[in-house]
Amino acid sequence: MNTATTWDDFMEGIWRQNPVFVMVLGMCPTLAVTVSAVNSISMGLATLFVLVCSCGLVSLLRKLVPKEVRIAVYIVIIATFVTAVDYAIQAISLALYDALGAFIQLIVVNCIILGRAEAHAAKNPPLSAMVNAAGMGIGFVIGLLALGVVREILGAGTLFGVSLFGAEFQPWVIMVLPPGGFFVLGGWLLLFSWHARRKQRKQSAKLGEVTQNA
Amino acid sequence: MHETAFQIFINALLANNFVLAMFLGLCPFLGVSGKLDTAFPMGVATTFVMLVASLCAYGLNMLLGYLHLEFLRLISYIVIIASSVQLVEMVLKKYSPTLFRALGIYLPLITTNCAVLGVALFQTAREYDFVQSVTFSVGGGAGFTLALVLMASVRERLQLSNIPDLAQGTALSLMLAGILSLSFMGFAGLGG
Repeated sequence: MNTATTWDDFMEGIWRQNPVFVMVLGMCPTLAVTVSAVNSISMGLATLFVLVCSCGLVSLLRKLVPKEVRIAVYIVIIATFVTAVDYAIQAISLALYDALGAFIQLIVVNCIILGRAEAHAAKNPPLSAMVNAAGMGIGFVIGLLALGVVREILGAGTLFGVSLFGAEFQPWVIMVLPPGGFFVLGGWLLLFSWHARRKQRKQSAKLGEVTQNA
Repeated sequence: MHETAFQIFINALLANNFVLAMFLGLCPFLGVSGKLDTAFPMGVATTFVMLVASLCAYGLNMLLGYLHLEFLRLISYIVIIASSVQLVEMVLKKYSPTLFRALGIYLPLITTNCAVLGVALFQTAREYDFVQSVTFSVGGGAGFTLALVLMASVRERLQLSNIPDLAQGTALSLMLAGILSLSFMGFAGLGG
């Protein structure tokens, strides 16, 4: 395997196939825990860990698992790692554990992980699978952080718990409530589609120029 | 804190709606809500799986508690849910082939619906007894169906209206969900 494909595997999840903004997968934790930047990062890192470990194991076992029961096997593998993460977070910080609530255990049914196991890890050697999974996981962390930062700044006037605007700031409370999650993610998607549209227009303009000159 | 069954039902149905207030089961909510014809059967099937999963999870939790194997809870729940989906699929195929064909691919996908696992996890975390668990799962399922049907109706109407090109697709659905969620906040405090 050469370095170019490894780099490609890694970058795929971060930009071109970003799980949050491009594929719109794993929405439940994305919207539920992103009320603050700290929560977003911890949720993202927990998912990243489960993703990399389970993709590595799935890839190692890919020749042993019969095709008919593969989904069940993947889910049991994922559930094992999630249980480990669940107990680890509980041991590290009880406050964080309470803030994330049941959503740590719900990582099991996050479609990103099962999707990666099925689409990539089941067909590739362990190294490639883990690199790809790490890229996806980091893309997921970036997506969560993008939401968490906006929602915390607007909804509480703080960033990582540090007050930004001083005492007279009126927090825009709706942003940390459920509707805010939908609105902020919708806003980000609008921004991305506007960007894609503009790039397309520029390209077609350039193409038009070339044909005119010829 | 002891809630009556009715309070739990209303809470799960409206005030703490699974989709619009607790963000559970968003994938089918965004994926299947394009048409009213598929949205309703999907909601009913999910409700049924939730009920079965909740019953199994209740029994299983007692067994695990008795054997002191609580750390196996998550793994056994997910296996139970996967097998109850399989069971529902087999029963439907035998007794109502029409409905089975209508639901098609959505049926096996219920396994990865976080609302189903959510019911099992929340009823364990809140230590609900048998009656409370059953009402919680039925209320949650009804709330899921309600949200799905509302969303599908609005989206069917929107197909006829003039929407800016930029907002087409997922961005529009999310904005809609946000507005629906905003209106469901009006139910806050109803369940007491």
